[in-house]
Amino acid sequence: MTYPNLFPVLPEIFMALMTIIILLVDAFSAKKSVITVLTLLTLIGCFVLQIHVSSPSTQLTFNDMFILDSLATGTKLFTYILSFVAVIYVRRYIIDKEINPGEFYAILLFAILGMMVMISADNMIVLYVGLELLSLALYGLIALQRDNVKATESAMKFFILGALASGILLYGISFIYGATGGNLQLELIVRSMLASQEQGISPLLTFGLAFVVAGLVFKLGLVPFHMWIPDVYEGSPLAVTTMIGSLTKIAAVVFMIRFLVGGLVLLSMYWTIMLLVLAMLSLFFGNIIAIAQTNIKRMLGYSTISHMGFVALGFIVVSVDGITSTLFYVITYSITALATFGILTALSKDGFECESIDDLKGLSSSHPVYAFLLMLTMFSMAGIPPLVGFYAKFKILAALVNTGLTWVAVFAVIMSLIGAFYYIRVVKAMYFDEKVKDIQVANICVGTKVLLVLNTLMLLVIGIFPSYLIDYCQKFIG
Amino acid sequence: MIGMTHYLVLSAILFALSIMGIFLNRKNIIVVLMSIELMLLAVNFNFVTFSTFLHNIAGQIFVFFTLTVAAAESAIGLAILIILFRNLRSINVQDMDKLKG
Repeated sequence: MTYPNLFPVLPEIFMALMTIIILLVDAFSAKKSVITVLTLLTLIGCFVLQIHVSSPSTQLTFNDMFILDSLATGTKLFTYILSFVAVIYVRRYIIDKEINPGEFYAILLFAILGMMVMISADNMIVLYVGLELLSLALYGLIALQRDNVKATESAMKFFILGALASGILLYGISFIYGATGGNLQLELIVRSMLASQEQGISPLLTFGLAFVVAGLVFKLGLVPFHMWIPDVYEGSPLAVTTMIGSLTKIAAVVFMIRFLVGGLVLLSMYWTIMLLVLAMLSLFFGNIIAIAQTNIKRMLGYSTISHMGFVALGFIVVSVDGITSTLFYVITYSITALATFGILTALSKDGFECESIDDLKGLSSSHPVYAFLLMLTMFSMAGIPPLVGFYAKFKILAALVNTGLTWVAVFAVIMSLIGAFYYIRVVKAMYFDEKVKDIQVANICVGTKVLLVLNTLMLLVIGIFPSYLIDYCQKFIG
Repeated sequence: MIGMTHYLVLSAILFALSIMGIFLNRKNIIVVLMSIELMLLAVNFNFVTFSTFLHNIAGQIFVFFTLTVAAAESAIGLAILIILFRNLRSINVQDMDKLKG
């Protein structure tokens, strides 16, 4: 018997071990502050190990089920950095809300582990297991506040819809498995489809593809599979919204790149049409419904739907250019969302949760720095230059116009204009309205504040010098 | 003679029944959880059918993974159901109306 090469999986193994150690420390130690430190150390350790195991060539292990290529390395490093920052943001909030830190961080690390497995999967079994590890951990994370009615209700809704989506995805996978003559390996699927190309595409394959796209798109949250996003964003505690709103998106997009662009590229004429319709619906409904929201978490939920519509538009351009701009978009969106939720978390103290737009009225007079940072993130999401949101949108629109889909680009621009309304409304509430409520800033340490400022300034820096990140993204794909 | 199509149609019927069970059910969440289980079993049936007729073992391996994950999934689902019942004192789908979605 030969043993698999464990070298490329070292960061994942380290993370799994550390998660178990954190669970044990939580069970046997009374000192809760150790757990936060251990979590941060785990993330740093994984980051260092990931750099250590990466190499320019693609590494395969576990019978080619696990792949470590430049796409996997790059997106994993980003996810580790973002998780590290997110943990620092929510540290104080968790103590304030009396959420048990041991449970929170252990489940969070399991969710991150799920993302890593998803990113590195080269076989549909591994893709499925990674996806479920992520989703199951997220259900638990949302329901962690046991006496919070809204949180438990949103966890239940998310659970039912999530289980439905994975069922639909699996049903699609089973047809692809059958139609390609028993292949679960993504590369072998392409090969077997190439071999049988002359006989035309089997109806089983297109039938399966429809189910697979529906399942994948649920994870991104495109209309009409978006029902869970606003409820989960509003219902879950801000610490969890921070995680769901920023970290999970990168993994979901890499998952789609592997599955659609990697495995089912020969069916691209079918899935581009499906994604085009879904993306346009998301841009329309996401932006229109967001205008009517008074809760800022719920509003950001609808805004996520419209942003994911943009991400899906990048997929329609099935070229290196399109996929690069998609990756660029999702990475910068994650950074923006992380800053936004980080600021909202910092503004929530004790029992108070900063979630109504009315709560933010007059913020500029009481907390000018926070108001300015929140304004920058809102402008970035609305796509106002020189912030990064503008450049990310511009890249995707340019890729669309280059392939002759100008009318789609025009539609997307109109929808972004409508979207700018509700972002700017938040800025108006902060700068021009009378104060309704005194907001107390949680007593966060100086390091967290510096990190918040740096995170927001990153939006400006990447917006002015985008070429570094774009070259970096291009390297992932090439 | 029973061929592959018959098995596929049966699993499609099971799958459709489970989706109807999730969407048409207006009474209680336990039925929804049962429908989710039924859906995963329909998928397993599909995998085993293809695996048998293609003489390829990978589909049956996939079934083991699906079964394991389904067990974990229903454990989490029931746990969430219990805390929800503690908060709402009901398992009626209609009582989940604090959020507008």
